[in-house]
Amino acid sequence: MESAFQLAYIAASVLFIIGLKMLGRADTARRGNMVSAVGMLVAVVATLLVTGIDYALVAAGLVVGGAIGAIWARRVQMTQMPETVAIFNGAGGGASLLVGWAEYLGRPAQDPVTAVATILAVLIGGITLTGSMLAWAKLSERVSGRPILFGSQQVVNALLLLVALGSGVAYVINPEGGYVYLLVAIVVSLLLGVLVVLPIGGADMPIVISLLNSYSGVAASAAGFVIDNTVLIVAGSLVGASGLILTQIMCKAMNRSLGNVLFSGFGAVTKSSAQAVEGEVKPLSPQDAYFVLEAASSVVFVPGYGMAVAQAQHAVKELADLLEANGAEVRYAIHPVAGRMPGHMNVLLAEANVPYEQLVEPGDVNPTMENVDVAVVIGANDVVNPAAKEDKSSPLYGMPIIEVDRARTTFVLKRSMNPGFSGVENPLFYKPNTRMIFGDAKAVIGQLVAEFKDAAA
Amino acid sequence: MTILLLLFVFVLAVFLGLELIQKVPSQLHTPLMSGTNAISGIAIVGAIATTAVGGTFSNVLAFIAVVLAAINVFGGYLVTDRMLGMFKSGKKEG
Repeated sequence: MESAFQLAYIAASVLFIIGLKMLGRADTARRGNMVSAVGMLVAVVATLLVTGIDYALVAAGLVVGGAIGAIWARRVQMTQMPETVAIFNGAGGGASLLVGWAEYLGRPAQDPVTAVATILAVLIGGITLTGSMLAWAKLSERVSGRPILFGSQQVVNALLLLVALGSGVAYVINPEGGYVYLLVAIVVSLLLGVLVVLPIGGADMPIVISLLNSYSGVAASAAGFVIDNTVLIVAGSLVGASGLILTQIMCKAMNRSLGNVLFSGFGAVTKSSAQAVEGEVKPLSPQDAYFVLEAASSVVFVPGYGMAVAQAQHAVKELADLLEANGAEVRYAIHPVAGRMPGHMNVLLAEANVPYEQLVEPGDVNPTMENVDVAVVIGANDVVNPAAKEDKSSPLYGMPIIEVDRARTTFVLKRSMNPGFSGVENPLFYKPNTRMIFGDAKAVIGQLVAEFKDAAA
Repeated sequence: MTILLLLFVFVLAVFLGLELIQKVPSQLHTPLMSGTNAISGIAIVGAIATTAVGGTFSNVLAFIAVVLAAINVFGGYLVTDRMLGMFKSGKKEG
């Protein structure tokens, strides 16, 4: 019996690995997700054969949780994807915390390794739970997305971390008599999750979500050590590792270290350092913009979070279709950290039926920028800020950007002249070949579409 | 000895995970994140096994764990599938 479900766990692990591999390629990704779901099914069915399980309890939990998850997944809008990933992730972290806690209640006489695993499952699970919930609240704008900083934050965090470590050590030394230390660790981890995410602002969210994703895997892995369960360990560590890679990619795309993201509260501290910007802002009406676009043979759209806010992806696709019908080559340049989660813009454009071959990365589009007639920046700011290349004193300096300032003409669609999330002035707006088109992104694109249609009629 | 074997499995799985994800194109980052997020719902296995522990309070915790993990699993896989269903290649369709 024992070896039967161990074999099932091996099968499940293999399915997860194959699923992940397939998830990494566009043409196999959807099937890969299904393969991984089958792996999950195999693991769950095998576990149901464990003797002593309370089937009524499990069935009730599966029905309630499954229904909530399924309905949520169906109803949610694509623009709400970042917060949805965050909340599901938090649920997983919470489950790992509870597994550690409940196991302790049943078998408090733990050996040291199990005790260490329990404390790790509880600490990391707790941070994942409340951290993800706060990330969800910030992303869905239930609380402000700006970094929230208070004076002695770092001191408080350091103290809490010390308390967590202290109670962890005390617990591991004597698990059976150490219930109170476990409870302290639970409370501290929940607090830490909130405090760690509080100072992190909207533009850094892709990094935080990736990191929390990684944590939920590590927490599951730790829970696996608590109950000696191989499939938990394997699946958890796969997720932990992949989350770490995504985090690293996001950090690289912003030219920042992880420590800098977690501890500095970007945007709250960097107002004064940028150089004064010279030049003049040249606004352009959508009518005039139409004449430029009409004559263009190469157009690159550069979407940012503003496109998501304005829900302008369908209008953008409509305009792109008209431009293509007019003989222009259309591409979309996507910066890895544009939006609020890794790949955010890709999802929105996919929703609008943009074929993924038209989506290009900065490294591919930048060398061709001189031949681009019009670069249309839609609600992106920091990822096109030339100060990242030119101004050594800029906090953005060194960040890889999409170099739209080198295109023949650059349109910037923007509500107003307010600086972007980072609070850094954008010299792009003052460049001689830049034209500002003020207004709501969706409305402006709609006007451009109307101009094209009028001309055709 | 068992624990060493488990550690061995853990370390190998971490390296495998690092290798698997290394070269994923950025357009797939969101589905990848959401798909791995669903896999982290594997905590559901732990949650189910924990209902065997017994004791009222322990059962309450185990029940909540099953609910949370089920939200993670069902929500995670379904939302990833929905998202990937929208990714289309221009070569196949106009």
